[in-house]
Amino acid sequence: MDIPYTVQPRQDTGLYNAKVGIWLFLASEVMLFGALFSSYILLRVGAPDGYWPHGWLNIPVGTANTLVLITSSITTVMAWASLKMNNFGKFKFYHACTILLACCFVGIKSYEYHDKFTHYSIKLADGKIADGHLVEKSKDFDLDKKTGDIVIHGHEVDLNNKQGEELQKELSKIYDLRSTEGRAALREHKELKIPAEKIASMETYGPWHNTYTAIYFTLTGLHALHVIGGALVIGFLWGPGAKMWKTDPERFTNRIEISGLFWHFVDLVWIFLFPVLYLL
Amino acid sequence: MSDAHTHSAAHADDHFSHHVRRYLFVFYALLFGTVITVLASYIPFGHRALNIGVALFIACGKAFLVAGYFMHLISERKMIYGIMAFTAFFFIGLMGLTLWAMGDFPWNTVTH
Repeated sequence: MDIPYTVQPRQDTGLYNAKVGIWLFLASEVMLFGALFSSYILLRVGAPDGYWPHGWLNIPVGTANTLVLITSSITTVMAWASLKMNNFGKFKFYHACTILLACCFVGIKSYEYHDKFTHYSIKLADGKIADGHLVEKSKDFDLDKKTGDIVIHGHEVDLNNKQGEELQKELSKIYDLRSTEGRAALREHKELKIPAEKIASMETYGPWHNTYTAIYFTLTGLHALHVIGGALVIGFLWGPGAKMWKTDPERFTNRIEISGLFWHFVDLVWIFLFPVLYLL
Repeated sequence: MSDAHTHSAAHADDHFSHHVRRYLFVFYALLFGTVITVLASYIPFGHRALNIGVALFIACGKAFLVAGYFMHLISERKMIYGIMAFTAFFFIGLMGLTLWAMGDFPWNTVTH
């Protein structure tokens, strides 16, 4: 059975069907990410003073990933334009770049996730908080049995009996790493060896840590799934799917346009995610 | 027939070469916008809300460039504009409801 209007535009819409389809899908995607941005706003304004994190993510790394995604957008549109100009070789080159850039984006994002999963917030028995990246755990380390010790590269914060401005300054050492106090705390990082018996509780900076990490992992995780999904589709069209260029070049060009529209949307979402999560 | 075809192909090439120049311009503008966004975040505008406003303003400009030129929204069919108008209506409604909800938000009920 032939699928109608894969190349010829319908008279009523003036478009081939897949184009209407992808825009309807993107409309639903706008609402999906919109709902999560709405959650972000409410979580942020609802957070107690001094507890919403700033500077928890590496800005140069995030900037590099933004540039990677923007570059993948230009290679995507150039791949489509190359087909329009009947240059299949250039299309293959540009989309090979797109796939490599997508892999690069996911690789950098994985590195950032790993950084968070090795970052510990340790509540000590005396009420202080030790915060830093894992260096090593002794082989016999067991928090329940209170045996062994853990070494982190970080600093200690004492929130005990602090109120008002004093509390805010101390909180900045953990939550606002772009503030004067936060930057000073980072400069003072050293290796801290903490015996398990002195630890009340500990956890990594995973999605469970606080509302910021929860929304950060939700938003960037969903976005990363879109990048992976888009890269798989583009990879298929670059590889086995490219056979269609010989049999039905116009339809193939339309497929590249549709996958490109999805890819640009993924870039567009990141344009907002980057400042919201990394900079503000 | 063959001459007409060659002429038409050459015309298409010219047409897309013009587009390619535009895409490259948009690409450079997006790179510039990213650098400006990062630099602006280091400038204290007096209140954090101002920094948020500036960053979102630049992000909207970049989003316009991507949607307008890479996604060709600047010259699309009415049908697509119709879909986008509905989307914009509901998206703005969603954000409006979010801001409205902040008016009677039970402060500090979100634990860190």
